[in-house]
Amino acid sequence: MSAADVNTPAAGPDLLTVAGLDVEYPLKGFRRKPFRALTDININIKPGETLGLVGESGSGKTTLGRAVLGLAPVTSGTITFEGNDISHASRGERRSLGKDLQVVFQDPYTSLNPSLQIGDILSEPLRVQGQEPAVARKRVKELLDQVGLPSDALNRLPREFSGGQRQRVAIARALALSPKLIVCDEPVSALDLSTQAVVLDLFLQIQRDTGVSYLFVSHDLDVVRHISHRVAVMYHGEIVEQGTSEQVTREPRHPYTQRLLLASPVPDPDRQAKRRNDRHELLEAQRKAEMSGATA
Amino acid sequence: MSMIQPDDLVGQTGTVVRSHPVKKILKNPMGLASVVVLLFMVVLAVLANVLAPFDPNFADIGKTLSPGDAVNILGTDSVGRDVWSRLVFGARTTLLSALLCAGVAIAIGLPSGLIAGYYGGKFDGVSNWLVNVLMSLPGIIVLLTVRAAVGPSVWISMVAFGILMAPGYFRLTRTAVQSVRNELYVDAARVAGLSDATILSRHIFSVVRAPIIIQTAVICGVAIAIQSGLEFLGLGDPSVATWGVMLNEGFKNIYLSPVLLVWPVLAIGLTIGALVLLGNAIRDALEDAEKIKAPKRGSNTAQAELATTRHRPERTISATVESGTEHHLVKVSHLGVGYPQADGSIKKVVDDVSFHVDRGEVLGIVGESGSGKSQTAFSILGLLPDNARIVAGSIQFDGKFTVAPTEDRVSQARLSEFRGKRISYIPQEPMSNLDPAFTIGYQLVTPMVRVLKISKAEARQRALKLLDDVGIRFPQKTFDAYPHEVSGGMAQRVLIAGAISCEPDLIIADEPTTALDVTVQADVLDLIRDLQKRLGVGVILVTHNFGVVADLCDRVAVMQNGRLVEDGDVREVLRNPKDPYTQKLLGSMLEGKEPMTMLVSAGMTAAEAAVRDDESDEKELAQ
Repeated sequence: MSAADVNTPAAGPDLLTVAGLDVEYPLKGFRRKPFRALTDININIKPGETLGLVGESGSGKTTLGRAVLGLAPVTSGTITFEGNDISHASRGERRSLGKDLQVVFQDPYTSLNPSLQIGDILSEPLRVQGQEPAVARKRVKELLDQVGLPSDALNRLPREFSGGQRQRVAIARALALSPKLIVCDEPVSALDLSTQAVVLDLFLQIQRDTGVSYLFVSHDLDVVRHISHRVAVMYHGEIVEQGTSEQVTREPRHPYTQRLLLASPVPDPDRQAKRRNDRHELLEAQRKAEMSGATA
Repeated sequence: MSMIQPDDLVGQTGTVVRSHPVKKILKNPMGLASVVVLLFMVVLAVLANVLAPFDPNFADIGKTLSPGDAVNILGTDSVGRDVWSRLVFGARTTLLSALLCAGVAIAIGLPSGLIAGYYGGKFDGVSNWLVNVLMSLPGIIVLLTVRAAVGPSVWISMVAFGILMAPGYFRLTRTAVQSVRNELYVDAARVAGLSDATILSRHIFSVVRAPIIIQTAVICGVAIAIQSGLEFLGLGDPSVATWGVMLNEGFKNIYLSPVLLVWPVLAIGLTIGALVLLGNAIRDALEDAEKIKAPKRGSNTAQAELATTRHRPERTISATVESGTEHHLVKVSHLGVGYPQADGSIKKVVDDVSFHVDRGEVLGIVGESGSGKSQTAFSILGLLPDNARIVAGSIQFDGKFTVAPTEDRVSQARLSEFRGKRISYIPQEPMSNLDPAFTIGYQLVTPMVRVLKISKAEARQRALKLLDDVGIRFPQKTFDAYPHEVSGGMAQRVLIAGAISCEPDLIIADEPTTALDVTVQADVLDLIRDLQKRLGVGVILVTHNFGVVADLCDRVAVMQNGRLVEDGDVREVLRNPKDPYTQKLLGSMLEGKEPMTMLVSAGMTAAEAAVRDDESDEKELAQ
């Protein structure tokens, strides 16, 4: 399969549309203004497409993923999944949504219940959807195969596995019901470099095989560039730039994205020295622009 | 020294050995004794019908207060009842009533604690209020009132006492649940659409299981004590044989037959003591780390094997370092670090690592998690955990040994001359390395006053200057701030200011930018580079990021599984890596790769690549 195939996701109606989304967390105290985590977010994802979401800590990128999953309070705006408004879905509606909408969290150490065996963790979503135990067992074996774990993993506990292996268990759990969209919240940032490469390959392979869409949240521009068709950049709870992966990560327009691009160091002393200079020049230019903007 | 090693001893060797909690309880003499006592009491209670020759209330008026004989082995009481039979039946009643009390307390406290902790909100508020009321009630008065109202019944008083004990379980459960309510695996269960009842029973109950068991052991002991106390006061039901009633009876006849008092006291004392000790033993088994006796370096057992296979020549402690190496700021030679395990073996985490750093030079130590890079840095700083042992090699700083060749610990006395004054440290987590109780200024000034022996006012001037040097825009404001009032990047600048405050010769930076955002990381790297150039210090930079290495380092050492696999000039290693592991790491970098292409699984599926990666990891670990 060539790279060209995967770079062109299926055309057609959007799988997920987020329009004018605001998220506010109430603060304790009488008549205190709530904390606004997200302001006027507009994104959309087509079937088989990956939208990368990049930003620094506290920029709201994780909150956006959680809002799509129903784990953050939606103040205004709509989240539409396959044509249905899921902004305020009930627990029952969530249960049926669970078939199509899944998640892989950042920390492979706390996203798996330490006291459950891998087999139980993987069959849990299947049992919720009312599958027969025998069918579920067969599916769990397939899943382990798909993420490259041995079938004797079934009766072992999460602590017996390395970080990368646990993250593959978490991916297998998300895949169990063959979802249409997986929200990936910093799925590789807790992993070592070589493990990260293995897990990224797995994400790409799964997308080629199953046509799943990803909302891929990461703070690392290199990771987002590698895995995404389109990229949205978040800053202080807003999306400041959105476009194709190529455009956003090679010729960013927003000053923040430009700073972000030049801040990530490259593994060669001389090229890094050049990048460092470019960064200093950019910062200087941006400061001047800001000053003249302020005086004007 | 010559290092001829068989293949199977190279790198990180040994495994982490843990024992099962039940085994740990039985290995603990305290735990074993309490289990034996309790088992004995339970056997008495269960087999009461078989073991007791008489009915507990059968009275032989003709034979009162008699000493022990063949028929009544422990004698009889003031109305001629057999003491042994009453003791055995008393065990049954007493233990059952203690279980009833604990059962009532758990039945009320556990579910309400689970619900209050998980949902919070109104139920939490109301139940907290109720619990506070219950806890403020004086227990003994409530029990006396209950007795006055419904009459003397062991069971009713224990139900009442159970209700009084419920708040303990409620609070325990609520706190434990609150701490896991927002764990990611609970979120994952919510996304999967599990009902709250299933989430509570499957995912949350498991965290409160252990504390509940410990609490129950203690509560049972307390219940027995309270119940016996009530009965001793004569408030119990005289028609039921319990240890408390026997105590009362014995006390009435203390002048006629003092031995009557001995048996119930013994039974009560032993049981309560055993329950409390059992609670402690369970807690130790579940929570505390095992105490392991570490073999001395070069002494017998596993260590001796290691020593012989290493062919280490006999050496005496020498204070002088190898000549020709004095000029190195730091020289680490053939360093090995290990942790003694429960079964007497040693888990090696650093093996045969050698490198040196000169003045004005930046050495990067690169490796993945578990490669031993932080352990190496910590042994230079003398900050290894207490149970760690230097199993081989030596460390010298500025021509003097901080770890001489035959020592198995870092000499704290020798190192404290250097640490803070000539060697300083920049940690990974800036926020957790500043004490939240003191202002930033205080934390900068105090070490300077102690180490540089300058006045407070002078130290204050210096601290403000340092904060300015590390690029903080309003030094005075930051000086007066508490750590929670500044951002992560700012906190890391403060720690860097602290690290250079006493004019060190060597700075050890352990992943100094890993916890920071990329844009902040770039600023902090700029800062470290400028300071290093200006002050001419030697720096050991521990990191997993080749970009950071390229940005700062002159030389680089690559570590894998406790071994140093490659070192050399930074350009040489990054451009022409010789070792396959370094090649693999650099190959995993995303920079310059074609997006949407496979990184490691060319010509196979990603799953196959993952399997192969696991296998190679296992092979490395097995080595």
